[in-house]
Amino acid sequence: MRFTWWKIASIILLVYAVVGGFLLPVPEKPLLGETIRNLYFHVCMWFAMMILYTSSVNHAIKYLRKGDLQNDNKSSTYAAIGSFLGILGYSTGAIWATYTWADPNYPAYASLGSIMREPKLIGAAIALLIYAAYFILRGSISDMDQRARVAAVYNIFAFAMLFPSIWIIPRLRPSLHPGQEGNPALNFNDIDARMRMVFYPAVLGWTLLGFWIANLRIRYNILIEKKMEKP
Amino acid sequence: MNSYSQYLSLLKKEILLESRQQHTLYGVILYIASTVFVIYLTMESPDAETWNTLFWITQLFICINAVAKSFLQESRGRMLYYYTIASPTLFMLAKLSYNVLLMLAMNLINLLIYTALMGDPTFSYGLFVLVSLLGALGLSLVFTMLAAIASKAMQQASLMAILGFPIILPQLLLLIRLSKTAFSEVFRNGAPLQLILLLLALDLMIVLLSLILYPFLWKD
Repeated sequence: MRFTWWKIASIILLVYAVVGGFLLPVPEKPLLGETIRNLYFHVCMWFAMMILYTSSVNHAIKYLRKGDLQNDNKSSTYAAIGSFLGILGYSTGAIWATYTWADPNYPAYASLGSIMREPKLIGAAIALLIYAAYFILRGSISDMDQRARVAAVYNIFAFAMLFPSIWIIPRLRPSLHPGQEGNPALNFNDIDARMRMVFYPAVLGWTLLGFWIANLRIRYNILIEKKMEKP
Repeated sequence: MNSYSQYLSLLKKEILLESRQQHTLYGVILYIASTVFVIYLTMESPDAETWNTLFWITQLFICINAVAKSFLQESRGRMLYYYTIASPTLFMLAKLSYNVLLMLAMNLINLLIYTALMGDPTFSYGLFVLVSLLGALGLSLVFTMLAAIASKAMQQASLMAILGFPIILPQLLLLIRLSKTAFSEVFRNGAPLQLILLLLALDLMIVLLSLILYPFLWKD
């Protein structure tokens, strides 16, 4: 096992984020209450997802420039782990919304129809749908080089279209979601100073964990390829 | 041969091909007519918002059908032939412009049949026609690139829809929002112009991306 500094950093940061996230003081807000601690988990998932998708596109561009299949392996694995984090982001968001947005007079799932219209949720859904389509596209091409090339082209094209949509849609629809103007959580004034002490380390920790998982998958794929070459 | 005349001859080739294989063109027109007819029979008298939404949904499906054939009808051998004689950027540019022309024409036919059957709830019909033409432009550009991608895979036609829907969604929302100017909805001063500029900027981005990325798809 390769045990490098950033994996140790990831463990330390996550231990700090979980312990600090549950024990350190947070601002008292009406309605949110203690659920505000979910910020250290829910928002971090989206950050980590976008960072992994970005590095997936980065490797897609590298593949088109150099034609090395290792870049394709990395590109598709980062996309897969990014989607996994996106699903986790949805689940943590669903738990949070149950206690804050859902109409308490009805069971929580009855509010789903109105909650799913949230601009941030639409943006996230588009991102997940794009990468789901990406994997279906990969699955439908059998030749390895062609699959890598076509998938890289779609990856770049779709990602370039994703950014305007994340920027456009919130400006078309009203929202309950925090961070209506501009990008949530990137604005320094959005978050209380006490929470920033935990939030930024948590983002870093979860992102590193995402890369760690992806790293294991990439190495696993290389081993499979080696085994396929000499049976 | 300089690039301008090469572009012109590629575009002429597309139009010539279409006039030789007219059955595909009539197929698309029949598709429009039957889609609108089904909507007409299943909806008694839609209100303005439903009318608008259904129009854009038909527009989306017509675009997939009309544009899909541009790459799917080309056989492998013929693509190889183009590969030897033409530049990929110009080839893509010719495909893009031909599909835009085709979709603008199909858009007008769709408008004609749709308003004939479903009535006209708009406040200013001319404005709605202009917005729909802007929409046809954007839709045809996106789906031309996606047809090029999908033509490399199996189950091409259904794959195109899967690949396209998440990408086209923001543009479709913008268009539906913009077309409400034709329904006497009051906008903030300058907001429609902002939306139009946003859509044109998106279109420009799509064209540039297609021209940059297509050469990579082109070599087999």
